[in-house]
Amino acid sequence: MIARVCVVVAVLAAASFVVASAEPDPLGVRVGGDTTVDATGRNAFSFPAANLPDDERTRFAIGNSFFRRNWIEAGSSTKARDGLGPHFIARSCGGCHVQDGRGAPPELRGDGTHDQPVALLLRLSVPGTAEHGAPKPDPRYGDQITNAAVQGVRPEAEIVIRERPVTLAFADGSTHTLRQPSYALKRLGRGPLAPGTMLSPRIAPQLAGVGLLEAIADADIERNAREQAAAPGPIKGVPNRVWDAFASEMRIGRFGWKANVATIAHQTGAAFLGDIGITSTRFPEPSCTFAQADCDAQARRPEIDDATLGNVVFYQATLAPAARRNAGDAQVRRGERLFHASQCAACHRPSYVTASAPFEKMTSRSLAGQRIWPYTDLLLHDMGEALADHRPDFAANGRQWKTPPLWGVGLIRDVGGHQRLLHDGRARGVLEAILWHGGEAEASRDRVLRMSRAERGALVRFVESL
Amino acid sequence: MRHRAGRWAAALLLGWAALAPAHAQSAADVARHHAAIVHASYADTLAAAKTMRQRIDTFLAAPSAATLDEARKSWLAARECYGQTEAYRFYGGPIDDKRNIEGRLNAWPMDESYVDGVKERPKAGLVNDRKAAITKKSLAAMNERGGEENIATGWHAIEFMLWGQDLYDDGPGKRNADDFIDGKAPNADRRRQYLRVVTELLLDDLDALVMAWAPGQKNYRADFERRGVESLRRMFVGLGSLSRGELAGERLEVALATQDQEDEHSCFSDNTHRDAVANALGIENVWLGRYARRDGTTLQGPSLRDLVAAKDATTAERTTKQMAASLAAAQAIRAPFDREIVGGDDAPGRKRIRATIDSLTQQSKDLVAAANAIGITKLRLVDPKQQ
Repeated sequence: MIARVCVVVAVLAAASFVVASAEPDPLGVRVGGDTTVDATGRNAFSFPAANLPDDERTRFAIGNSFFRRNWIEAGSSTKARDGLGPHFIARSCGGCHVQDGRGAPPELRGDGTHDQPVALLLRLSVPGTAEHGAPKPDPRYGDQITNAAVQGVRPEAEIVIRERPVTLAFADGSTHTLRQPSYALKRLGRGPLAPGTMLSPRIAPQLAGVGLLEAIADADIERNAREQAAAPGPIKGVPNRVWDAFASEMRIGRFGWKANVATIAHQTGAAFLGDIGITSTRFPEPSCTFAQADCDAQARRPEIDDATLGNVVFYQATLAPAARRNAGDAQVRRGERLFHASQCAACHRPSYVTASAPFEKMTSRSLAGQRIWPYTDLLLHDMGEALADHRPDFAANGRQWKTPPLWGVGLIRDVGGHQRLLHDGRARGVLEAILWHGGEAEASRDRVLRMSRAERGALVRFVESL
Repeated sequence: MRHRAGRWAAALLLGWAALAPAHAQSAADVARHHAAIVHASYADTLAAAKTMRQRIDTFLAAPSAATLDEARKSWLAARECYGQTEAYRFYGGPIDDKRNIEGRLNAWPMDESYVDGVKERPKAGLVNDRKAAITKKSLAAMNERGGEENIATGWHAIEFMLWGQDLYDDGPGKRNADDFIDGKAPNADRRRQYLRVVTELLLDDLDALVMAWAPGQKNYRADFERRGVESLRRMFVGLGSLSRGELAGERLEVALATQDQEDEHSCFSDNTHRDAVANALGIENVWLGRYARRDGTTLQGPSLRDLVAAKDATTAERTTKQMAASLAAAQAIRAPFDREIVGGDDAPGRKRIRATIDSLTQQSKDLVAAANAIGITKLRLVDPKQQ
């Protein structure tokens, strides 16, 4: 009798355990844990964390407003939002991160001409390093080209994009032609670039989930590097270590295509200055590197105050990743097995449990302790010559790029009407992005080249389910 | 012929549904009636905008304080219609699809010095740049750079032309009709041309919305009417997003937080208080399946409230009362809005705005409960985001 009672108790305990620990989610459908939203379509990247408390939703709305709305030239009625330029790339954060989504490079026309890019910027540096090991800016043009300016001010330069075809053959006899871009500048407004100036193209990524990435523990990222170092094979990721203007110390880089930024706050302050021409407490210098008459020497400084900047940071940090679609579909499951069999997950590490984010006042506690599925190790990897920008960025060398997270890839088209991937948007879709992989990822890429058409289709379908 | 018969049948069904007890209504009935309301309110907005165009044409033909005043009144009247239609945003419908009509119609803030001279820089803007073309095509092209928000067209561009900068604590902008008279202001011809062209563009976009919701066509409405519960879900998403994210959040809380004299939606005309009322009314329209037309008639039919009441009368009643409270709170906000937001937290104006925000926030929660009551759970009732 006693034994039977014990059995009953054990069964009840097990049942209550299952209820207490969130619902089982072996496929990682709730990619952001309790923050996950059920979103598809044009607004899929634009919703706040599902578990965000109501008082924090106010802050989200305020941050959203300053993220999305245009900044305007000084002298307008709307004082809270003026200070644009004098040089800039876009008038708002949302100008590049449209709908909080990923930008695309301009399409080349038949005659090779194209519009000036907005969501694709060119970073600049000369050999050597600046303070804290940062890239050393071009003495005239600074660390990026701004290809727009307020009225009466000449833009720094125009960006010229050229493309050449690169054809790859699959083992099954079919071929695929990629387009390899190259970049140059013309109509330089302030004389030539310094000798040896290096250019690195960077596309604006989608933002949903960045707050959760920020909340991954340093120890988890370092463990990724240790495990890869200990494992046989070519995959040897390393963390970038970068200066953070808000922490005032070196930190592990997580954001930017070379993990060249540690925190959302630093990224946001730097982008306000570099991309929109808006000064802030931590980034007080206007976006001119030399005395020029058209610099806004008289402008109100800072042009964005700390509280507002904090709200924009909070807004991005609490943008929620969207739940996976079709995770249980047979073709998707097949693709998932191929993904793992091809060693993709060695770098695109599926899952973490979040710790807490670095700056308590610019994030939400809702993000902590969540089981998340971003599919990245946040490490730098040699990706081969075809992708190399040959421009170092803190600890990253000219062939290394950070493993980008894969969550949300399947929704980029919903949100932005395109699926341009990789650091400069050269890849048209998931398959092309895979085919561009080289360096440490060459063996994985070669496995994909040996796959049948059906296998390739399943692999792509899996990635697009994320 | 078959087509026409189908339409007759639909009309009969609709009439029957309006008279039938609440529990007999279906999701399809509600979606169909909603589509009729959307079409009627866009058609009213277009008609009001056409009146506005007439007034603007009259003003431009003979600029004077009197003709300018008439043009301003017609803008304010058209905004009363348009504000109610904002309840149809935020779910990827025609206003928010890839054509980005919302972005062209209602972009804000308006970069006034991009368009025309401002106090500090009287020669700024494309009006004063005689080399820049002012055509529908050139204005559209100006706004096609990447995904950037529109900077030079829509309601607020027209508003800026009619009122000018609001540099005054006690009222709206005071642009003089002389700005449009040759010899009295530089580039008056180009100012006239710009106002004419942005008004035409606005009418084109409103016309596209009316077409998308016109009955008996292969258009968004036809699809919407077929989708049953999914269409109801969209309606709830629109209502919740406008309640919480856009109206309570972006338009009211942001202004409260910045206390910027001009961080308000219709800043040149000081009409922001009416924007809030029209939005709140638009939300209530959708919930109640009711719309008071410009000609004084009222559309009334199967509604979300009826469907919810059939399942959970308490929730339906609570939501209805909360919406009435939100509308009343919005009506209590006084003009000019840019004075109402200033001061400490106990300033009467700020308290009135705070009360509206609180009611709208509660309303968004009631809407979630209401949607849940009829089995709709996949809602994202917070952020509007959208254009």
